Amino acid sequence: MLKIKDVHASVEGKSILNGINLEVNAGEIHAIMGPNGAGKSTLASVISGKDEYEMTKGEILLDNEDITELDPEERAHKGVFMSFQYPISIPGVSTTNFIKTAINETRKSKGQDDMPASEMLKMIKEKAELLDIDRKFLSRSLNEGFSGGEKKRNEIFQLAMLEPKLAILDETDSGLDIDALKVVANGVNKLKNKDNAVVVITHYQRLLDYIVPDFVHVLMDGKIVKSGTKELAYELEEKGYDWIKEKLA
Amino acid sequence: MDLKDKLLTSYIAFEDHLKENSPLHDLRSSAIKVFEEKGFPSKKEENWKYTSLNSLLKEQYSFSSKTEGAIDFKDVKKYFLHNVDTYKLVFIDGVYSSFLSETTHDGIDVCLLSSALDKSKYEPVIEAYFNKAAKEDGITQLNTAFTKEGAFIHIPKNKEVDKPIEIIYFSTGNEGAMFLQPRNLIVADENAHVQIIERHQSLSSNAVLTNTVTEIFADKRAMVDYYKIQNDKPSASLVDSTYIIQQRESICSMHTFSFGGQITRNNLQFRQEGEHCDSILNGITIIQEKQHVDHNTLVHHIAENCESHQDYKGIFDDSSTGVFNGKVYVEKEAQKLDAFQQNNNILISDDATINAKPQLEIFADDVKCSHGCTIGQLDSDALFYMRSRGIGQKEAKALLMYAFANNVLESVKIPELKSRINKLIADKIGVSLGFEL
Repeated sequence: MLKIKDVHASVEGKSILNGINLEVNAGEIHAIMGPNGAGKSTLASVISGKDEYEMTKGEILLDNEDITELDPEERAHKGVFMSFQYPISIPGVSTTNFIKTAINETRKSKGQDDMPASEMLKMIKEKAELLDIDRKFLSRSLNEGFSGGEKKRNEIFQLAMLEPKLAILDETDSGLDIDALKVVANGVNKLKNKDNAVVVITHYQRLLDYIVPDFVHVLMDGKIVKSGTKELAYELEEKGYDWIKEKLA
Repeated sequence: MDLKDKLLTSYIAFEDHLKENSPLHDLRSSAIKVFEEKGFPSKKEENWKYTSLNSLLKEQYSFSSKTEGAIDFKDVKKYFLHNVDTYKLVFIDGVYSSFLSETTHDGIDVCLLSSALDKSKYEPVIEAYFNKAAKEDGITQLNTAFTKEGAFIHIPKNKEVDKPIEIIYFSTGNEGAMFLQPRNLIVADENAHVQIIERHQSLSSNAVLTNTVTEIFADKRAMVDYYKIQNDKPSASLVDSTYIIQQRESICSMHTFSFGGQITRNNLQFRQEGEHCDSILNGITIIQEKQHVDHNTLVHHIAENCESHQDYKGIFDDSSTGVFNGKVYVEKEAQKLDAFQQNNNILISDDATINAKPQLEIFADDVKCSHGCTIGQLDSDALFYMRSRGIGQKEAKALLMYAFANNVLESVKIPELKSRINKLIADKIGVSLGFEL
């Protein structure tokens, strides 16, 4: 589904990704781990199409289509979703209205009419129940005054509503206590199926107890230096990133 | 002959039609002298440093309409509030339109200033209030000298007006370029409540310059909610001077929505004479092309335990220019004051300009005064967030701008007006959002 081939990227002239190769197939969960400053969030942003990052080399294919030149909204329309480490707030626009706009914009891009209000309402109800979200919460202004946990849960709610092919979870575990972490992870697991894929970006192994990856990749200095199965995550947790550094040296 | 000379000459003719020996006549005579001496404001004056009227003063204006302007309601319906009953004071080229208006004398007076100035029964109110709040500057006194028509609203003690009052000034352009000088007098007696919406609307592409003056008096515990919709044609300019005097425990709010017009200058002055007053000054400015909007505010705190809240937001595109010059003046006696001033601006284009100048002059020693001013661009992280959810760049920008201006809308108390302003903002930003904001 996702093929990342020799991707180099820089921001403000500073090179951050130095040749990333990664292949993610439908039905798989991949974890990308690495120390701070390794380029994890940059990789997520480059896949989603953030302007500030300049891809200097390589290509990103989604279902064998090169999406490198596409705008972020066009990538979203093709089924790329990124859950943000720091979701933004929009005063005066409720979560419900925000997600309605997002869904209908996506439908519009495919030449479809707006989703009928009743269908939308049904879907909102269903997904809110799935994630154990109080619907009153959805009528509040998007992320305004939300706690860290509420913001992350809201991200997963949007993920559930948009039903993307590829979900990238950028540091979704940061700022979450164990209960909130379980709720969020549980939501992701319920949404996971054989046709979609998840890329979990995290510093710690903790989240991977709940969202169990098929593959784990270690990112350091802008390169994937080691790949393995979920056992690699435990090893990292135990020995730290310096262990890999030493091994590489 | 320049505009000033033409006005002075025309005053002589105007004076011939006035009653001799009335107090009003003396007022006009001294007012025209003030204008003769001071003239139109120039950029040399500190308060007008960033706004020049020069380009407007060159136009050959008519001062009054020779033909009776007639407008079909269906052509101007869109400028009124819908789905809500209102009193209406409508003027066409400065002349009252009884056909489009809905006045009342039933317990309250919502009528014409011309008749209030003329009839003896209104004499005490006129004598007590007319031109008592207006400042001695040239352009305000020019309006006083020529005061002829406008809104007269008098709400007696304990009366809560049952529906909003709309004041609309249309200009047809039938006479070519036009110089208009409406005058409004609003008196809310003790514990009276009133909501007023004012707009000036040109219906042609001929030049219009409106020099309007509004005086508002809020007696003890009175509540005055005032909304100005400034969304005029690019050929129309407005100098809007509003003077408000508040007595104890009164609450007055002024919302100014500036979305259109060539040059718009708002002079808004509050004077709190009694304790426990609250003054609210809110503004949203969204302009583009070469439009210019200047907010010049003054809140004059004289008494103890008062509050004032100013919140002005501006979004400037193309080569538009904004000015915010907000002054809070605290007298020595005005202790225990809470004065807040906020001015936030977003420049969308590299050619847009904002001149922001917050000023605090504080002579009391036990007060809480705060002010903040920001100038920035739309947050690129926020834009990326929305785009990554599939919302196109244009719509994402619109949502962000809406969110930016939103808290100013929160305090609009007329729901119909609020949704109207929402739509205007959406139009102004150039998108239709898929839901009612």
